[in-house]
This record gives sequence, C-alpha cells and structure tokens, in this order.
Amino acid sequence: MCGIAGLIHRGKTANIGKEMTSMLQSLKHRGPDSTGFALYGDASKAGATDFVMRFKVAEQAEALHGFTIHKQMKERRTAVDERMSEMGARVVEEDMVTDYAFRYRFTFDGDLRRLVNFIEDLDGVEILSVGKALELVKDLGDATRVSDQYALGGFNGTHGIGHTRMATESDVDIRSAHPYWAYPFSDVSVVHNGQLTNYWNGRRALERRGHRFMSNCDSELIAVYLADRMDRGEELEQALERSINELDGVFTYLVATSDKLGMAKDTMAAKPMVLYESDDFVGLASEEVAIRAIFPHEIDTFDPYEGEVRVWQA
Amino acid sequence: MAGLDKEHRSHEMGMHTEQLAGRTQQVFFSPEEEENFTYPGAFEVDYNKRAELDVADMSAREVNLKIRDLMGEGHGSIVIKNPGAKHSLGVGILNRLNLRFEGSLGYFGCGLIDGPNVRVTGRVGWSFAENMMAGTVVVEKNAGSTFGAAIRGGDLVCRGDVGSRTGIDQKGGTIIVGGRTGAFSGFMMQRGRMVVLGDAGINLGDSMYDGTIYIGGEIAGLGVDAVDGEMTDLDVQWLTAKLKLYDMEAPRGVENMRKIVAGKQLWNYDNLEPTEKKLIL
Repeated sequence: MCGIAGLIHRGKTANIGKEMTSMLQSLKHRGPDSTGFALYGDASKAGATDFVMRFKVAEQAEALHGFTIHKQMKERRTAVDERMSEMGARVVEEDMVTDYAFRYRFTFDGDLRRLVNFIEDLDGVEILSVGKALELVKDLGDATRVSDQYALGGFNGTHGIGHTRMATESDVDIRSAHPYWAYPFSDVSVVHNGQLTNYWNGRRALERRGHRFMSNCDSELIAVYLADRMDRGEELEQALERSINELDGVFTYLVATSDKLGMAKDTMAAKPMVLYESDDFVGLASEEVAIRAIFPHEIDTFDPYEGEVRVWQA
Repeated sequence: MAGLDKEHRSHEMGMHTEQLAGRTQQVFFSPEEEENFTYPGAFEVDYNKRAELDVADMSAREVNLKIRDLMGEGHGSIVIKNPGAKHSLGVGILNRLNLRFEGSLGYFGCGLIDGPNVRVTGRVGWSFAENMMAGTVVVEKNAGSTFGAAIRGGDLVCRGDVGSRTGIDQKGGTIIVGGRTGAFSGFMMQRGRMVVLGDAGINLGDSMYDGTIYIGGEIAGLGVDAVDGEMTDLDVQWLTAKLKLYDMEAPRGVENMRKIVAGKQLWNYDNLEPTEKKLIL
C-alpha cells in the first residue's frame, strides 16, 4: 500500500524534520516496514562547490549480525574517504549518524557523476543522496524511530518528501526503501505510490543513455527519468507532464528538487493524494490525517484529479 | 405527466428496474409489517435528546461504540466534534439518527449505513458512504474518490468537488455532487441516479448497466457503452425537486443538463438463449 507525503514552505524555512516525522508517523498504518525522508535545507545558503552526501556502508540487518561486519564497515568508510580525497573532494564536516550511516559535508568542483560513480564502485557502499540542499535518510522502522535515530527532529529547511513502506515486491531493507535519489543527479528525489508496468522498457532506455540503477524498484526509475528529462533541458513541470504519457501503470508520486516540489497523478487516478494549499504552505499526503498531524484545526483539502501535475516553488 | 401514476412515472423515467432497498427505505407503512422497518435490536431514539462527543483523543472503534451506546441511551441527535479526518467513523449505523460531524472524516466514513441523517461540515476521504442503504448524507466540502461506491438507496450529497470513480457500482439511491467529479464516475453503475452540477472527468459511465447520470458542466469523455439520453419533462421536474431539497442549483439550469444512460450494447448477459448459455457455461 505505502504512504507518501510532501510539504513545502514558500519563502521561509521551518522545522521540516519534525513536521515530516509527524506526517509519516500518522501514515504508519500504510506501511510499517521502513520510513524515508528527503529533506531540503536552504539551497540559497550553499556555495557553488558545497555539497552534502548521505551514505551507508552496510544494511541495518548486516550491522547487527556477524563477526566481521564492523571491521568491514570501518574499511569501507576509510575507502570512501580515500576516494573522495583522490578525486579532489574536501570533507569539511562528517557525522557518524549510526554505525553504518554517515553524513559528509564537502566541497568539490569536479565532475559530480564521476565522483559518485567512483565511491559507489566500492563494494557494500551505497550513496543515499548528494545535493546542495537534499539530505536523504531511510531506514527500517516507523517514522519516529528513524527520525530519532538520525536526529531529524531539528532539521530546518524549506521542503521535503517522505515515504512509509509496506514491502510487497522486494525485501525489507534500506536499498528497497524510499525516497529514491536520482543517481547521480544532485538534489532530485522521488517518493511513489503505485506500480509501473513499463519499468523494464523504461529502465533499458535510460541505461542505454548511460544511467545506472541502484535498485530494481520502479520508483527509482521515476526519479532517474525526471532527472534525465531536466538534464536535457526540460523544466520540472514539463518533465512531469511528459511522465503522465510515458510512464505506464497506476501511480501518484512526489518529486523534489533543490527548490521545488512537484506531484503527478496518472490518468486512472487509482492512487490517493490529498492536497492542502495556503499562501505560504503546501502539504500533500496519501491521507488527510497526515496533513492534520501538523494542522490540528480544520482545513480545506481536496484530491488532485486524474492526469494532474502541479509544481510549487520554495 | 402530472396525471401519471407512480408506476407509469417511473417507467417514463426509465426507473422501472429500480427496487427500493434498505429497511428504512420502505415507502408504504403497514402495521402488520412493522418489523420490516427496523433492524432487530434497533434502538428507540428521540431526536430531541441530544449528545455531544469530542473524539479528538478517541480511536475510530471507540467513537463508533460510543455512538452505539448513545443511541442505546435514546439519543437521537449526536454531534461529533474534532473528528480529525480519522478513518471509518460513523459506520454500520442501522438506525434512525441525526448525526453531525463537525470537521473532516478520513477513509470509509459512514459506510454500510441504513437510515441515519448525517451531515459532515468538512471534507471526507475515499469511499465515503460505501454501500449506504438508506438515509440522507450531506457533505459540506469536498470528497475523495469512490464517493458513494455501491450505494443502494438514500440521498448522498457533496456540495464541493469529488474525486474519481464516484458512484462506482451504484445500485440505487441518488448521488448529488455540487462541483466536479473525476474519471470513471458511474463505472459499472447498475441503478439509481447521479447528479453532477459541475464537470465530469474521462470515461464517465463506463460499462454502466443501467441508471441515469445527469451532468451540468462539461464531460471530458464518455466511457464504453455510455450514451446520451433524452431529457424529458419528468427529468427536469425530478431534478428541480431534488436539488431544491438541498438548496442547490444547476449553473446552467436543470433543463440544460446532459443525461447519460447505458447504451446496453454490453448489457447482454440475459440475451442468450438457454441453449446458448449451456454452450458457454
């Protein structure tokens, strides 16, 4: 089933970590297996060469078992440091969020795709996100647990998207959890509720264009598809409209870039989405109860229609 | 038209296949058949006995049990405060009752009801009033998808916009939408009437067996086997009277609404001869 949520503050920042945690916690019944956040800090404060990278060196389940994994995790992190240094990336701040997940703030003025490819080439290492504003966190458990684990309760930013997952077609692990970063494009992430029926055709087409996929999840395809279209010069809204015709299946998804939040709903309108919009805030979720988690008072909400696409600016 | 009796009027409107459903939907009261009008164990309630319930900190199950308890105490008017878009509130009420929700409801609100008069001052989520048998339900704001799925009787009204698949599998009763309705509204409709004062999305009335859909705005596209029907004086009279009940008006006038019915080209399940049925069974 899965639940998705998104929010954007227009013209200001707020504690979006706390807000998104509340929204996703209220959607726990739609999927308790894993929870993911794609939170966007204030992109205007980042310099041209400033980036944040979130990555992991093991799955949670791996880290809890085995005798050699801790040694391997240390080796993998050291290897990441070495490869970043080799590529000319300078780490200015590093946080060991859990035994297996890390947050690096770094400066880099080279080819970002080469850098992330080089790091991802390490066995057991997965980059969850790279961006000027984007910080992507996902792990097993409900929203409160993941938020506490990664200290997201004080995250200030402009917008974000999130996902609660009920594992149906793949394992309960971080690799299969949403959101998906559009590897290797800076700051593009997607959460999705639905099924794409032309996944393999779409994936092969994008692979022929040189894109790599980190999972077998159709939601990752949406992220890479949109990032590819924007990389080819389309505006986010154009890419979303194109996706309505080119992606086949039933879907409602949210996409975020460094300064925008977008949504698209397929022509069957088979997957839910409730929208609340005020002058300075927009909230979307699979169920109104998620929006009401941050607006306890009565609000006016509505369902976007079939084939509808919307974009909001931070 | 005015001289026609009820049977002929219903024939004129193409409603002769419609059967009234739900115990409280019976029109003619007969003391000998009194047991048909209420469910076993139904509560004797007094509309003048009123109760208020703040459900901000209650689960859906607790709310529904509390409504039942209040009806058991004879309360005929119940006001629910702070429903907070919770799911499955006000379901399975098989009783006379005035029920008012001050706020919004989540999914599956007021499903499987037979008889109550319900008013929701906010919005409702997916599958509101699913399988409603009888009663009157009015939603003041918007509604999600599958609004009034498979209802069999009663009046279900949303003053705002509704999502897709409104009245899917509708088997009777009346659905009225003040605004717009989404794609696949009236999908596999079997009986009853749907009135939409605004626009309708694509595939309206797709594969409908029977029933009637009236649209006041633009139709993005008709579904398979949905065709235009002829608006008659009786349609206009019925629409005028029905909308007046809820203080609603068609923007371009009821006489200019578009009437959609089943072409019945797909409706061929009973057209086969017995020998032909044997061949395919």
